[in-house]
Amino acid sequence: MAVYKFQVNNRAVTVESWDPAQPLLYVLRNTLGLRGAKFGCGMAQCGACTVLVDGEATRSCVTTLKQVSGRAVVTLEGLGTPERPDPVQAAFITEQAAQCGYCTGGMIMAVKALLDKTPRPTADEIKENLSGNLCRCGTHTRILRAVQRVVREA
Amino acid sequence: MSRPATPVHSQPVSRRDLLKAAGLVVSFAFSAATNEAQTTVAAVPSDAGKPVDPQLVDSFLAMHPDGSVTIYTGKVDIGTGFRMAVRQMAAEELGLSTDRVALVEGDTALTPDQGSTGGSTGLTRGGVEVRRAAATAREVLLRIASLRLQVPPDQLTLLDGRIGRSDGGDFNGNTGEPVRELPVSALLEEERRLDMKVDLHVPLKGHALYTVVGRPLPRPDVPGKCTGRHVFVQDFTLPGMLHGRVIRPPAIGAKLLSVDESFIRSIPGARVVRVGNFLGVVAKDEWAAVRAARTLKAAWSEVHGLPGNQGLEKYVRSAAIQTDETIVNRGDSAAALPGAVKRLSATYFWPCQSHGSLGPSCAVADVRGDSATIWSASQGTHQLRVNLSAIFGLDVNKVRVIYLDGAGSYGGNGNDDAAADAVLLSKTTGPPVRVQWMRQDEHGWDPKGPQQLIDLRAGVDRYGRIAAWETEMWVPAVLGPIGTIPLLAPAEAGLAQTSGQWPGMIAQNGDPPYLMRHLKVVAHRLKETPLRPSHIRAPGKIANAFAVECFTDELAAAAGTDPVTYREEALSDYRAMDVLRRAAAIIGWKSRPSPNPAARQEGLLIGRGIAYARYKQAENYVATAMEVAVDPATGKISVRRATCAHDCGLVINPDSLQNQIEGSIIQTISRTLHEEVKFDRSRVTSVDWSSYPILRFPEVPIITVALIDRPELPLLGAGEASNTTVAAALGNAVFDATGVRFRSVPLTAEKVKAALGGSPGQIKPE
Repeated sequence: MAVYKFQVNNRAVTVESWDPAQPLLYVLRNTLGLRGAKFGCGMAQCGACTVLVDGEATRSCVTTLKQVSGRAVVTLEGLGTPERPDPVQAAFITEQAAQCGYCTGGMIMAVKALLDKTPRPTADEIKENLSGNLCRCGTHTRILRAVQRVVREA
Repeated sequence: MSRPATPVHSQPVSRRDLLKAAGLVVSFAFSAATNEAQTTVAAVPSDAGKPVDPQLVDSFLAMHPDGSVTIYTGKVDIGTGFRMAVRQMAAEELGLSTDRVALVEGDTALTPDQGSTGGSTGLTRGGVEVRRAAATAREVLLRIASLRLQVPPDQLTLLDGRIGRSDGGDFNGNTGEPVRELPVSALLEEERRLDMKVDLHVPLKGHALYTVVGRPLPRPDVPGKCTGRHVFVQDFTLPGMLHGRVIRPPAIGAKLLSVDESFIRSIPGARVVRVGNFLGVVAKDEWAAVRAARTLKAAWSEVHGLPGNQGLEKYVRSAAIQTDETIVNRGDSAAALPGAVKRLSATYFWPCQSHGSLGPSCAVADVRGDSATIWSASQGTHQLRVNLSAIFGLDVNKVRVIYLDGAGSYGGNGNDDAAADAVLLSKTTGPPVRVQWMRQDEHGWDPKGPQQLIDLRAGVDRYGRIAAWETEMWVPAVLGPIGTIPLLAPAEAGLAQTSGQWPGMIAQNGDPPYLMRHLKVVAHRLKETPLRPSHIRAPGKIANAFAVECFTDELAAAAGTDPVTYREEALSDYRAMDVLRRAAAIIGWKSRPSPNPAARQEGLLIGRGIAYARYKQAENYVATAMEVAVDPATGKISVRRATCAHDCGLVINPDSLQNQIEGSIIQTISRTLHEEVKFDRSRVTSVDWSSYPILRFPEVPIITVALIDRPELPLLGAGEASNTTVAAALGNAVFDATGVRFRSVPLTAEKVKAALGGSPGQIKPE
């Protein structure tokens, strides 16, 4: 079996896979036990599986192991914990910006990527940037408030 | 292969909670016993001794010697905030803070059956029953304390696990010394069991004394959901578990003719499971199961049994009818209509829609002989337990369904089907099996919110007021018990199942809530419905209110009267008037008839609309007002502002309630602007987010919610009511902006552009 080496949440990992086309999502969830990224569509249409690859918001459901070789992956678990959340996570918690919570991890990762590049986005920039992340419960207004809170408190 | 330091969720959080909770239940029952009994407790199974009979207090709660409690409820939190609200209700009666209340939800072995979580009954039934049990427990503790202390119970209070005198004075302790408080542990040691029925008339705490109910307490699951620590059913694993995927046929009802397994031989560990027309694969590795399901080649029979979504309205109108129900028959509409000063009629149509759960349905099943444990996000685990036991020949007493959160389901999505898939695969192959549907499974095969066809006729008097009204609707029949949906796996595998069909209370709110002498509402219940129907959030009521409230606007426009005024003049209930006026005021409503004579502003057409409903004609009062901008060049509708005034009686948790209402508004705008299940003669063809689009961030309006709290009144469920008026308010706003009345959804840009016909502002029927 082929071996793939990359970083996950600042740790070096070595993963074997029988299929070079295996998406990163399955390895994160099943091999590494990092289940913050969710399977939503498998087609990069919904954003529930979003992680950071070298700082870029990336759909892990269509990103192969081969594509992440040698690169640095950050997942939702890598940002913070319930006790010590990252500022984006903290703002989502303060604003209670979740209902079912299935899209929440992907949202937080997309916001993280946005704010790392654009620390003071306009309201329209935030909406445009998150347009590829779907939320079915309709928690959008709270998510937008959470992003604005991070910006305000930075 | 290296593993990160982050712990793997191989042990579900809930299991530890359950062990802890169940152990404490038993420790309560044997609380007078010594350490010896405690040792025994540790050895008994986690669910031993815990009753689930909804008549018993012990079924709903276990009071622990430290004064904290665990509550048990058959209702589940599907993302609504129920998890905190039900704690608040119990905590209030027991004088506790919510962090001293643990919760077990939807586990059939541990929780009483309180009916499935639907119809906005989470708190109205689930919470109210828990609250009564908590109040009964409190009264019992106070009575025991009263006997022991020789102080009347009404002079005692229970606060944070301690009993004290209401006046703050002292008791005489055992040795005569003054004692300020008596801990609950002192009583529990004395009391062997709390083996008693819930007192249905138990005194509840008065609203003036509330300290926990009514507060916007944060939900306990949100930090875990924001940090990847919350265990969804999709995240749950068991040792030795296989991953399963099901290959559904290319046509609904197709027969499996042959399977060529040679294609998957190179996929490690993949195995085909074929039972009748049921075709699945299992593998140790999830990706292997996915690849195998995609690669496997099978031949199926051709079936062309569907009418297709194109001609659906026509199909429904001529479909065979099971029963005709007369829902309301007041006065004599047939006689009154011909004599009316003016008559209007219109036909409204709502298409078939998907629940569109963001995460495809998932379940884990561990079948061993005639017993099974199933982890599922089903909204009705108790019902599912009965259904699965009957279908798969399992001993219902040995079947346990444990609720774990899934992606929002909004009614009967694919969760119960995924559970049946997992049971069949585990039963057939041996090990526990986890099944997660793929995106095309969820969009293609979730039971659908059915189409609704609604004919309306009204006659007005010389002042334009409604004199007579008739609603005639075509909706799916209810076949079999509440909550039953014929499941896919048994149908494919040729296993018998109760022939159920449950579209929800789909005929409600077809009657206008206004004063009129003659009213008749008839529902034609269709024998067959093209796509398997189920309940979808606010079942039927969004479409019915869309028809009724848009048609009311048509009558107001015909009378040349302002839409708010027209409604006010036909309402008598102060709570109805209150929500209507508040919604209008928030949006800055200016009284004038529709359409807007000054609609055109900077190349766009601007309008506002309003709609009112009393949910199920018996529950919440809601009014929604909206402002829209329509681009005549593209047909694109932008909802600029949406507001909802909402009266659900007593508010338990205003922040969770607000979250629900904001979500209801956004989800229903999505359903109104974008959503229609497409299907051809054989299958559903809108099987992903590009063929079944939903609302995205750039379309989110400014939302204002006015909560009207009436703590002196009973609470009403609030998960669906505010969905009801959204489509109607939106349709009315579009009419106000464009002068065009749309009587069907979705209001896609193409449809609006075509209806405007390049000459915006012209009044032209759809």
